[in-house]
Amino acid sequence: MTHLVPRRGAGAAVVLAALAGALVLSVAVGANPLSPAAVLDVLAGGGDDQSRYVVTELRVPRTVTGIAAGVALGLAGTLIQAFTRNPLADPGILGVNAGAAFAVAAGVTFLGLRDISALVWLAFLGALAVTLAVYVIGSSGRGAADPIRLTLAGVALGAVFSGVTTGMALSDPDAFDTMRSWNAGSLLGRDLDVLLPVTPFLAAGIVIAFLLGPGLNALALGDDVARAQGANVRVIRAGVIVAVTLLAGTATALAGPISFVGLMVPHAARWLFGVDHRVILAVSVLLAPTLILLADVLGRVLIAPAEMPVGIVTAFVGAPLLIVLARRRRTAGP
Amino acid sequence: MMDVGYHRLLLRIGAVSLPVRRRSLITAALLAAVLAALAVLSLGLGTYPLSPRQVILALAGQGGALDRTVVLQWRLPRTLAAVLLGAVLGVAGALFQTVTRNPLAGPDVLGLANGAFTGMLLVVATGTGDWTLLTLGAVLGGTTAAALIWLLAHRQGITGFRLIIVGIGVSALLSSTNTWLLLQVELETAMFASAWGAGSLNGVTATAVRGAAVCAIPLLAVLATLGPRLRQLDLGDDVATATGARPAGVRRGALAVAVALVSVATAVIGPVAFIALAAPQIARRAARTPHLSLGLSALVGGALLLASDLIAQHVLPVTLPVGVVTVSVGGAYLVTMIIREIRRYA
Repeated sequence: MTHLVPRRGAGAAVVLAALAGALVLSVAVGANPLSPAAVLDVLAGGGDDQSRYVVTELRVPRTVTGIAAGVALGLAGTLIQAFTRNPLADPGILGVNAGAAFAVAAGVTFLGLRDISALVWLAFLGALAVTLAVYVIGSSGRGAADPIRLTLAGVALGAVFSGVTTGMALSDPDAFDTMRSWNAGSLLGRDLDVLLPVTPFLAAGIVIAFLLGPGLNALALGDDVARAQGANVRVIRAGVIVAVTLLAGTATALAGPISFVGLMVPHAARWLFGVDHRVILAVSVLLAPTLILLADVLGRVLIAPAEMPVGIVTAFVGAPLLIVLARRRRTAGP
Repeated sequence: MMDVGYHRLLLRIGAVSLPVRRRSLITAALLAAVLAALAVLSLGLGTYPLSPRQVILALAGQGGALDRTVVLQWRLPRTLAAVLLGAVLGVAGALFQTVTRNPLAGPDVLGLANGAFTGMLLVVATGTGDWTLLTLGAVLGGTTAAALIWLLAHRQGITGFRLIIVGIGVSALLSSTNTWLLLQVELETAMFASAWGAGSLNGVTATAVRGAAVCAIPLLAVLATLGPRLRQLDLGDDVATATGARPAGVRRGALAVAVALVSVATAVIGPVAFIALAAPQIARRAARTPHLSLGLSALVGGALLLASDLIAQHVLPVTLPVGVVTVSVGGAYLVTMIIREIRRYA
């Protein structure tokens, strides 16, 4: 991929332009469409009451939430793919989504919670608890957590929790109704009340992710080479687990389970800018929000006046990509 | 007749003779006993409890009239459905895993369950509650998904890895479609559909069991002829070809039968998770056979589904679809397996 490096400048410009375009569309498009000029007008302090309401109360908070969820998913995807050395890995593999869904369902069923700003905390704590459990199971016994054990433990625990979640939801119509919309993954009605509580965790996750950049490059060469180069493999692995938990937990808390963004974005970043993980991390911070915002805008347009949740749109874009990747891979694999 | 040195017996049924390991025979006998005990328990438990003696008398056509009605008409269809369809899922799982040579390959991974649910939901979304149409929708959905995955995974042949990844992709797509369809219908309809989608033996009728048996038995008979050739696949394609087998043909045949078997089970009880995945591996460990045994997988599958249904009906505070139990128990089983595997090297 080194032949692409001279084009890095142009690539960065394209990525930034795409993000800017997605931002404008996300604020302008919807049930109450505004022209880009009207949007700029409101942002500059002008505009009539109605457009001001639509922009400042509805679309800007939703867009900001989308950006936050996107940044979190993009970084989490990059970390988990580098960590498991599996280009097809996704944060959901560590049981994050299942844990969040379980906690949300428990809160809805047993505590009668409905308010999204209360569910945020539950989703976050559930994601945290299950990822830690997966890590404990995956690293029991000799040596550090092995990526394959972690993946298996994540898939298995994820299955248990989704089974129990289904059971809880089916026993209570009210809980079922809340869960079926939460499960789709949506940015609808997410305002700053939802975002603010998780901001510190998101920030911590972002900082750890970027600190891990050089370590991920060392890890890519294999554990032994990494050790020979003086990298502390155990610390890097623990750091990845902490960062993925914080990031994927935040994203799931904000928008519900959104699949495939964490899978697609690191691939696009590698394809555009090469294999340096520091660069991939930086690029995924721009690409993932672009993808989320565009998917969200598409969801508002596709079946207007109704909305298709963003998680459904990303699955429809991401699943075909996964299939293409699986077909392109030359070796038979494990 | 018995070669003690190899722990093998030669089983003769008419003109056909089959070498059987002694440990496999003992395991099969034990599993059959467990299955029978579970069946008696399942027929006896309920709001009108019956002792094992009463159950056996009723099955023999004796005992009180009410006992016979309860056992033969109320409870027998459900118990038979659990045994038959659990066995069907166990066999299908063994086929999938033999063909892909991957213990994680099951109908859940391969999109069948989600496809069947999509088909069923599409029928539900049109406002029909007719069981025949729902069943048809489920079977069509499942087989279409399987065919789609097969076509997409085919590129100068099929590799297990590609099949699984494409399966995961298509499954995710279908699962999103299902989430979306569930959001489009009334709450009550969505809950009914979700209970089926989780896999449930509630409301299984004698007619449905008879229909499933009529479909499943010929398929299982086809397998009897395919079985020996399947074992050659375990040796790898090169060896299999060298010994005169046609691996590609056998693989296609086995997958087609597996898909048909899972469709039959799904049509009656919905997509019940994990039985197909876990049964063959449990059977292999119990009998310590090097390959997956179809017969033992069937026995384990039947016992697993029946035991899960007992838990779903009688152990939990609320009655849940059996699929909720199988997914929890199955996942817990996987977790234990992983921990044990890790301990062994610790």
